This record gives sequence, structure tokens and C-alpha cells, in this order.
Amino acid sequence: MVAYALRSFAQAILVLLSVGLIAFSMFRFVGDPVANMVGQEASQADRRELAERLGLNDPFIVQFGRFVRDVAQGEFGISYRHGRKVSDLIVERLPATVELAALSALFATLAGIALGVYTAIRRDGWLAHFIMTTSLVGVSLPTFLIGIGLIYLFAVELRWLPSFGRGETVKIGWWTTGLLTPSGRASLIMPVVTLGFYQLTLIMRLVRAQMLETLRTDYVKFARARGLPEHRIHFKHALRNTLIPVVTIAGLQFGSVIAFAIVTESVFQWPGLGALFVQAVQFVDIPVMATYLLFVALVFVVVNLIVDLLYFALDPRLRSSRALATR
Amino acid sequence: MQKLRRLPARRSESLRSALRRGWDSDLAWSFRHSPVAIVASFTTVLIILSAVLAPWVAPQDAFDPGAIRLEDGFLEPMERSPGSGVLHVFGTDGQGRDLLSAILYGSQVSLLVGFASVGFSMVLGVTLGLIAGFVGGRTDAVIMRIADVQLSFPAILIALLVFGVGRGLIPPSQHEEMAVAVLIVAIGLSHWAQYARTVRGSTMVEKGKEYVQAARVMGRRPFAIMHEHVLPNVVGPVLVIATINLALAIIEEATLSFLGVGVPPTQPSLGTLIRVGQQFLFSGEWWILFFPSMALIILALAINLLGDWLRDALNPRLK
Repeated sequence: MVAYALRSFAQAILVLLSVGLIAFSMFRFVGDPVANMVGQEASQADRRELAERLGLNDPFIVQFGRFVRDVAQGEFGISYRHGRKVSDLIVERLPATVELAALSALFATLAGIALGVYTAIRRDGWLAHFIMTTSLVGVSLPTFLIGIGLIYLFAVELRWLPSFGRGETVKIGWWTTGLLTPSGRASLIMPVVTLGFYQLTLIMRLVRAQMLETLRTDYVKFARARGLPEHRIHFKHALRNTLIPVVTIAGLQFGSVIAFAIVTESVFQWPGLGALFVQAVQFVDIPVMATYLLFVALVFVVVNLIVDLLYFALDPRLRSSRALATR
Repeated sequence: MQKLRRLPARRSESLRSALRRGWDSDLAWSFRHSPVAIVASFTTVLIILSAVLAPWVAPQDAFDPGAIRLEDGFLEPMERSPGSGVLHVFGTDGQGRDLLSAILYGSQVSLLVGFASVGFSMVLGVTLGLIAGFVGGRTDAVIMRIADVQLSFPAILIALLVFGVGRGLIPPSQHEEMAVAVLIVAIGLSHWAQYARTVRGSTMVEKGKEYVQAARVMGRRPFAIMHEHVLPNVVGPVLVIATINLALAIIEEATLSFLGVGVPPTQPSLGTLIRVGQQFLFSGEWWILFFPSMALIILALAINLLGDWLRDALNPRLK
């Protein structure tokens, strides 16, 4: 167990370092860092001096080491476009994205499990068929079109929900939340559905397939033979054994949800990190781009690590899997 | 000597028997018996043809400022222009541009970026996969580790990053001309890993077979063995991935253009048209958004269904 945890941890560090190398290369080689800091009228001597002061003439590995140290201390440089510290920008916009992503993941998991169980139990019902077909069509739709469709229906035609922004937010320390005001909650509904939709269909299909498989096993047949009521068999016996892989996939998807938020945030003008990143790409704001890359990599690595360890703890069969594999 | 000369004769069999053989093949049989595949391929071919032939079939040269008349703005679908009497089947946008023509020209750009980026990622991925599978060892480990890391990030994020870096490397004065090329590279780079993984797997299987050993014994160079002997035997699954990735690439291009980081407004794709149409969502001119969106959905869906069919038809286990 300890060896396994250590290896996962070492792998995580390695991935972070390689992403860090990419981020550093972006800083160093895309555009001229000196030109980005001095005006047009700076002389050659000034530029050389600045390059020396910034340490741009040091060996590559020294510069990279310094970059890693700065990043570890939360120092990501200054945004070319906003003229402010990137760390401040990130902290300001983090709550919006985390709130959106967490609620989307929650929505996708709960609704996905519920629909998956339903479509597995009522396999041949018309509603189950309808749900499966809708999910198939929905998956091939681009995310931004789903968002626009929702805006058209619920904001333009029905006028039930606001079409953009976070609504009123409440400040708790440095964190802002939209969950405590009616307009904040209303603003969350459409972005959450848009962002969670893809994950929802994924989880639904997984739960359905697992459920169908479990319902065929001997212990379920045995439970039926014992005369247990159907709902007990479905929820107590079958669903429980379905959930372990589902929890893993749902967990692993959290990183993708954060990254997919790029599109959803732009459609709904959500003031989060994804929208910041898109602007940075438009204006070639390298420090913001590199920091966002590091942020997403960190989320992915941490989530992977947690799921890895959780999986190991949850499923006793895994602990002997290495013995099985070498057999 | 005579025997050797007779060998290529099989290749030059008559066109008729070649067609006959193609018609009788498993793939053609499965195609003829799948209504979904027939409708999907018909739709795809129709869209591709009308996009390629846009200069001849479009009612208007959509991006020639001289052909557009401002007084034709916001005509509803099936309305005639008050001035010239021209029928606008899908209506016009705010500048009086015929939407049907705009969609035809827009799908040209979408399809160009889609096909080119799929070609780019296919060549890159297949080459790296072949090398990884054939050479093995440390080369294999490095290539596949990079592929693993990349596969765990969503393609759209990779494409955005590459696009941003590409823009940083190109002087601002050339941003417009280079935008399509940068976009192709960005989308292409975000999809290569899948090809590499698949090709590596089948290359490792093929490597152990007798014909590869025979070629080695004959003293052929590794590069020639990879290219002439192994490659033809591993391309089957690649075609399936390429078809499905074509739909993904077209959607990715539309997404990037919708976000405003794709093609410049002078060369609009379907995504750009949707971005423009979104501005009229609240003012009631629904058709400016609706028709480009439908064009994108139908195109992506048709290619997706075609890919699904191809995957099932080429899967020996389903036969």
C-alpha cells in the first residue's frame, strides 16, 4: 500500500514537472520577455541590463529551477493584458469556476446514476428508449450549441432564467458564492446543466451497463429466489456493486469538467477562469495561459491521485490484483 | 524471368472485375444493408460537394463586399429582396448577406480545417505509433508517456494552448493569413495520441509475425519494413478513428471560432457564423443563428454515424 502510494505520488510530481517545463518554455521562448517589459524607446544597453537582471542569460536549468521555486511560492508573474499579478486574477476568479464545476459534477453524478438505474430496470420501456436516444443525440451536439439552445428556450422565449453572469454574489472572506441569493441560484441552473450534460450521459451509460451486468449475476438471482422485493434487490444488492467504478469515473471526470468550463463560461459570460483563459489566448497573454495550464494540470494530478488511492482503499480485490496479474 | 513479368498482371485486372470485387466485398455488403450508413454518407457527400462547388452553386459570393447590398439586411427565410427580386431561402443577415451562400462558403472553411487537421494528426500519430511499436525500449516509453499525459487532458484545452502559442510565435501582421494554418496544426496536435496508441498496439503484434522476420533476414532497413510491410497491415482501425475524429475536428474548429480564437472574420467558418448569429438571439432574427447551427449539427451527426457504421463493419467480432 505504502509503495503503491509512493509510486503514484512520484508519478504525479513527474507529470507536474513536465507540464511546468512546457509552461516555462512558453514564458521564455514565446515572444520576447524583455520587449514585453520595456517601452519602444529603451536602448540596447537598457535591454541587455534588464535581461541580465531578470537572469535571462543564466543556463536553462538554473532559470527553470528559479521558475519552479517561484511557482511553488505562488508567484506567476504579471499579466501582459491586465497589468496585474496573475495570482490575484486567479484567486479572484477561482470561486466562480469551482462553484460551477462542483455543482456540475454533482448534478451529473446524481442525475446520471438515477437515469442509469432507471434505464437499466425499465430496459424496454418507451421512456428508457427515449432517454437513451436523447443522450445519443445530445453527445454529438457541440457544448456551445446546447448552451445557446437553453438560453433561447429559458431566457428568450420563457424568460424564466437569466442568460448571463453570476447574478448577485455574497462575499465570505475571499470566497464569493452565488448560492445564497435567489438571482445567484437562478444564474447557476443553465451553466450547470450545460457543463454537466456530457458527464451525465457518460455516467448514465456506465451505470446502465454495470447494472445490466450485475442483474444477471447469481447472487441477484439468488436474492430473487429468496423472494426479496424488487426494489431491495435493485438498490441494496445491485446498485451498491455498481457504484465503485462509477465513483472512480465521476472523480476522474472532475478535471475534465474544470477544463470544459472554458466553453460553458464563454457562452454564459461566466466570470471564471475559463473565460479568463480564452481572453488570454486571444491576446497572447502568456503568463495567464501558462498559469492556467499549471492550474488545470494540478487539478488533474490531485484528482487522479485521490481517486487512485480511494480506489485502492474501496475495492479489496484490487489489493490482490498484482498477484493475479503475475499468475 | 517470364514468371516475374507475369506477376503484376493481377494488378491490372479489368476495371469491371475490380468493381465487381468491390461490390461483393464484406464492406460493401454491410453498407448496402445499413440504411443509416446510406443516408449518412449521402448527406456527407452532399454537404462536401455543395461546399466545394460553392462558387458555382451559391446564389451569391458571400464574402465579396461588392455583391452584398445593405438594404437587403434581415430578410426572413423565403423572402425576396425588395430591390433585385432575388429569393433568399434561408434569409439574410444584418449586412444583407444571403445566409445559404454564407453557410456554403463557411462549410468550405470548416471542412478544409477538419480534413487537413485529421490528415496532420493521422500522419503524425501513425508515424510515432509505428516507431514506438517497432523500435520499443526507451523511445517507446517516451512517446507513449507523452501520449498518456496528453490523452488525459481534453482536446479543446490542448488546441487552445497550441493556438495561443502559435499566435505568440507569429508576428501580428501575419495573424490573419496564418490563422487557418495555425488552427489546423492546433487541432491536429490535439488528436495525434489516439492514432499513436492504436498503431503502436497493432505494430507490436505484427512485429512478431513471420513476414516481418523474413524481411529482416532479407536485410531490409527498419524504415522500409515499417513503411512497406507493417503499415498496410495496421491502417484498418486508423480509418475508423480518422472518420470519428473528422466530426470531432469540425466541432472543435467550430468551438474555437465560436470562442473568437479561430479563423478571422474575413474567412468565416460555420463556428464564426454561429458566433455572429448569437448576437441576434434576443432581437428575434432567429434564422441567422438557426441555419448555421443546423448545418453544423447535420454535418457532424452524419460523419459520426458514418464512423460508427465503419467501426462496426470493420470489427471482425461483430460479423
